[in-house]
Amino acid sequence: MSTTTAVDPTKTSSLRSGRRFGDAIFSALSHSAGIVILLVLIGVTFFLFWGAKDALVADGSEVRGGAGLIAYIGPLIFGTLLSSIIALLIAVPLSIGIALFISHYAPRRLASGLGYVVDLLAAVPSIIFGLWGMQIAGSAVPSFEFLNEYLGFIPLFSGTVTTTGRTMLMIGIVLAIMILPIMTAVNREVFLQTPRLHEEASLALGATRWEMIRQTVIPFGKSGVVSGAMLGLGRALGETMAVAIILSASGGGYSWELLSANTPGTIAGDIALNFPESFGVERSTLFVSGLALFVVTFLVNMFARWIISRRSEFSGAN
Amino acid sequence: MSKRIDVKNLDIYYSDFLAVKDVSVTIEPRSVTALIGPSGCGKSTFLRSLNRMHEVIPGARVEGEVIIDGENLYGKGIDPVMVRRKVGMVFQKPNPFPTMSIKENVLAGVKLNNKRIGRTDADELVETSLRGANLWNEVKDRLDKPGSSLSGGQQQRLCIARTIAVKPEVVLMDEPCSALDPISTLAVEDLIAELKENYTIVIVTHNMQQAARCSDRTGFFNIEGTGKPGQLVEFNDTQTIFNTPSEKATEDYISGRFG
Ligand SMILES: Nc1ncnc2c1ncn2[C@@H]1O[C@H](COP(=O)(O)OP(=O)(O)OP(=O)(O)O)[C@@H](O)[C@H]1O
Ligand SMILES: [Mg+2]
Repeated sequence: MSTTTAVDPTKTSSLRSGRRFGDAIFSALSHSAGIVILLVLIGVTFFLFWGAKDALVADGSEVRGGAGLIAYIGPLIFGTLLSSIIALLIAVPLSIGIALFISHYAPRRLASGLGYVVDLLAAVPSIIFGLWGMQIAGSAVPSFEFLNEYLGFIPLFSGTVTTTGRTMLMIGIVLAIMILPIMTAVNREVFLQTPRLHEEASLALGATRWEMIRQTVIPFGKSGVVSGAMLGLGRALGETMAVAIILSASGGGYSWELLSANTPGTIAGDIALNFPESFGVERSTLFVSGLALFVVTFLVNMFARWIISRRSEFSGAN
Repeated sequence: MSKRIDVKNLDIYYSDFLAVKDVSVTIEPRSVTALIGPSGCGKSTFLRSLNRMHEVIPGARVEGEVIIDGENLYGKGIDPVMVRRKVGMVFQKPNPFPTMSIKENVLAGVKLNNKRIGRTDADELVETSLRGANLWNEVKDRLDKPGSSLSGGQQQRLCIARTIAVKPEVVLMDEPCSALDPISTLAVEDLIAELKENYTIVIVTHNMQQAARCSDRTGFFNIEGTGKPGQLVEFNDTQTIFNTPSEKATEDYISGRFG
């Protein structure tokens, strides 16, 4: 038998195949989806700049507040970040705790019931929780006074306590309640993904349940927890209605006093309150603060990604 | 520091399903005991009952006694956490903690239960454990790299190092070489022979040659049919099991005439 390596052109090779249509369609779909999201981002940026251009070029005395853009928007950015950070400080540990209880401590029946409830709560629009928070704002005043009296040496709790309960701390708490369900849902999901193999490795070394969680579940879920926190933070940063209703008047400047009436507003709350009855450069100023919120959110997200990626070779992914 | 294990009339259940029935056996200290048998006959189940790891599975429970060092592991007031510190386990798939460095992996068990360990002691322990697992020379220059950056065989030896770092008395191994190449397998087998000096070792394996090569005694598990419980059919010196088994089923299985 002669060995020939020549290719027989008439033979239809079983190694060749026609175009796979499913692949082509799916690839086109996912490409266009990726492009759409970029276009939306560009569109939003453009829209914000378009609205903001009048105020950006205007004289400082013409913009809202009459003292220049920085003087107007600075405290709002400060207030936005402060309220969101308070919300995260409260919501992160709480959501981790609840999620761990559901994923690793509760008996199985209870766990699936609770998980279901949390998922439901996560789907409820946050304003519902906000309304509830506003209801209890008044009754929170005694505890604010307690904080002021015994922890007043900490600057955050110093100053005079307002009697309305409409304070920065209240906003932080309400925002925390609003973002708690979604963060809990995300955390529970990532904690449940911890590979059984790693959990067993830890237990076989003689770890207690809590040690096992600390050794495997939390490190494995860390980036997921950060993602969940970013999701919550995004909601908190952009939350308009709750903040608008609690702080109907703002303009407190850069105040660290969480319990006093002297409270900076937040960007989203400020826009919601003032957009309807403003026009011209005044309205354009609000676009500038919207742009600022956009940028702040972006920076915060990039910062969080950077934190996650620093030790990515040690992540659970490989 | 190695201990004798006495198993008496052990039944193991997954909820209502009796997976392993009536095992009674004595495992001698400073020896290697191999467990062989067809898939699904309860070898892993039995092995995990020796350090109460099966309790991790909801609904799993045992009846009977496992006595190590005069104490029944299933007695009242026995803490499974303490049991697992005495009876370590190496799994089928290498499972170093991906979020830890090689060094942290070795020390993972040592740092549990609020134990503190000084820097020099830690370095020393890392070295002796890694040497004990025949891995030191390969990793001594990259102890701070993630454990997952090693090859499969190295990862498995890292897991063995991690297990012996807590100085257990018994080491259980569930098919520790099934994911490894022949060279890594030999490395682990050599290691088992060395570990025998200090530890009681029980190893589950599907590899007859491995059982014959590295064990002193061999137990053959079998199952009569699906849904039936697995049983320890024969337990004897490895030589006897492989040359003159007393049960027909054992002979069939080791000579490949099974099923
Ligand atoms: N988590 C579990 N829940 C319920 N039944 C289980 C569970 N794990 C194992 N079993 C059952 O227990 C029996 C013994 O399983 P086991 O894993 O101990 O077998 P094995 O001898 O280790 O098999 P292999 O050699 O394939 O690893 C099987 O019938 C199996 O279906
Ligand atoms: Mg098995």
